[in-house]
Amino acid sequence: MLTNRSKQVVKREMTWFEKAYFPAILSGLSITIKHFFMKKATVKYPEVKREFAPVYRGQHVLKRDESGAERCTACGLCAVACPAEAITMTANERKKGEENLYREEKYASVYEINMLRCIFCGLCEEACPKEAIFLTDRIVPSTFERDEFIYGKDKLVEPIDQRVDVSKRQTPAVLEFKKDKHFKHNKTYLDKMLGKAKKH
Amino acid sequence: MSISQYIFWFLSFVALISALMVVFSKSPVYSVLSLIMTFFAIAGHYLLLSAQFLAAVHIIVYAGAIMVLFLYVIMMLNLNKEAEPHKKPYIQIISFVAIGLLMVTLIGTLKEAEAIAPSNIANNVGGIGTVEQLGKVLFNQFLLPFEISSILFLSAMVGAVYLSKKNLQ
Amino acid sequence: MDPLLIKAIIVLIIFAITLLVATYSTWGERKVAAFLQDRVGPNRAGPGGLLQPLADAVKMFMKEEIIPSVSNKWLFILGPCISMLTALMTGVVIPWGGDITLGGQTFNLQIVDLNIGILYLFGVVSLGVYGIMIGGWASNNKYSLLGAIRASSQMISYEIAMGLAIIALVMTTGTLSLKEIVQQQDAGFANIVYQPLGFVIFLICAFAETNRAPFDLPECETELIGGYHTEYSSMKLGFFLFAEYINMFISSAVIVSFYFGGYNFPFQHELGLEGNWLTIVQTIVFFMKVLGFVFFFFWVRWTLPRFRYDQLMNLGWKVLLPLALVNIFITGLTMWFLGKI
Repeated sequence: MLTNRSKQVVKREMTWFEKAYFPAILSGLSITIKHFFMKKATVKYPEVKREFAPVYRGQHVLKRDESGAERCTACGLCAVACPAEAITMTANERKKGEENLYREEKYASVYEINMLRCIFCGLCEEACPKEAIFLTDRIVPSTFERDEFIYGKDKLVEPIDQRVDVSKRQTPAVLEFKKDKHFKHNKTYLDKMLGKAKKH
Repeated sequence: MSISQYIFWFLSFVALISALMVVFSKSPVYSVLSLIMTFFAIAGHYLLLSAQFLAAVHIIVYAGAIMVLFLYVIMMLNLNKEAEPHKKPYIQIISFVAIGLLMVTLIGTLKEAEAIAPSNIANNVGGIGTVEQLGKVLFNQFLLPFEISSILFLSAMVGAVYLSKKNLQ
Repeated sequence: MDPLLIKAIIVLIIFAITLLVATYSTWGERKVAAFLQDRVGPNRAGPGGLLQPLADAVKMFMKEEIIPSVSNKWLFILGPCISMLTALMTGVVIPWGGDITLGGQTFNLQIVDLNIGILYLFGVVSLGVYGIMIGGWASNNKYSLLGAIRASSQMISYEIAMGLAIIALVMTTGTLSLKEIVQQQDAGFANIVYQPLGFVIFLICAFAETNRAPFDLPECETELIGGYHTEYSSMKLGFFLFAEYINMFISSAVIVSFYFGGYNFPFQHELGLEGNWLTIVQTIVFFMKVLGFVFFFFWVRWTLPRFRYDQLMNLGWKVLLPLALVNIFITGLTMWFLGKI
């Protein structure tokens, strides 16, 4: 006996009063009628939305910097980090005159996330060295076609005039944590991932 | 013809056709369903004779209880052609004779009844066939036969219980 | 106006009200079930989900009709028809209210005042099982057949106790007409005062006869995947489900008429209402009582678990039947001591 809470169960013969079942039925009925008047647990979804936890991981966003240029440099670390292999991308070189569009010299001309594969673990944003990809509290809407779940840049990159707030994911503590690339956790994790990628 | 006569002929037609269906239909379930139809037609006849109590009890007891049991047993047993029991010839002869005698008795009784029936029913004297009248007749004039028949039912019940208990052991 | 025409209108109105109440019972059932389980229930179609029955009906009609290829087609169709027919037939003898005067002519809100009203009711109820049995057998499916067999044995078992409970009531009232039973309760107390045990037996049997939980063994989803209506789809299934709700409504009306004073209510003659107004108030009171019992049906269904089969049979034969006999005996003795017989 690990705890002293264990109880000896006795299966005794029921008394006549108990066999009549009526008291039991009445107590059951009184319990259910109490619930009739209780506060309902239902949240009427489209009108009322349940508040998400600050660490909720929903649909991804590809961030732009302050001037509106895309932060992603198509390094591929997110694709490597992704355990579900949901991310693919094609890198391209920045032309002259596109400095206001892309922050680095290299950028992702194609960036796709398969939302049916994605398990929303958040390893991509952890791996990203450019603070470009984040998971937000938006829900991926359902559709009837499978192809529609492959999200391209049109759905992932945030519009210039409608910036997506990721301050919940990008707290000072997180920024500090990600800054130190020699931090043991980051180092070993990235080494491991890169080594795995080389082997393939 | 008056409307009640039309109804009489219609009910008789239904009763006869469905009674024939009982005998001639291949599936026992159809036989039972036809028998229920027959009972309904006969209940209609009772109503024409302004015997509402008899009609209601007829429906409750025969159509509502006994035929449900019949249907129950037939569905449980799943009777088919192979399972049909073959009667020995002498049993067939005996049953034929017994049914014939019953028929002769019934015809004889009905012939006697013919003399008194029409006048009473046509005038519906004193609401015959209502529950009150039936109860008064049953518990005054025919008290002894009534009680004896109830004892018969009791003995049948005891017998049924005994038979079912015997099989358990 | 022609009396026959008015009677026909009354029949139509009662028919429509029965169907309407049954329709909204489906909504009520879902709402009550939800509320008892801390949910809100249907709330999308119309305000408070009030148009939900309409949506359900449209769905039922639009669904594909499937008749199993090896089943007996005619009996398969006959099953739900009989269920619906017997369910609707019982409403004929219920006294929905008192007399109403229109243009110098007086009409009663009861469709027919049969002097064998109780027997008629009992006969029609006992026929209700055929719909389930024929439908279950014609489906040619083992689960349907099991459901049908369960339904028949359950109906027969509980009919006996029900009949004996009614006999005690008939002994005290001395009539088989529902109208007279209700009128007697106007003068004295409601019959529940005289027949408390009979009421409990009748109530339990009413649950069993309508195949409602905790007596819903013929259709229990967990064992028989729907029982007798496993093979049914579209409006034929709708008929079976609808018949159950009509049965529930009518049983509530019968219970109210038998034991709770029907359309009478305490101090109704002190209100100063006369003629038609009194009748209207009485009818409203009657419907409130009936709907209260319909609510009780829901409440019990979402509280109690289903009986096991042997428990069901034990309750019917070894508890309710002897209790009903004892009830008759006590009733007879009491009446004898009081000098009523």
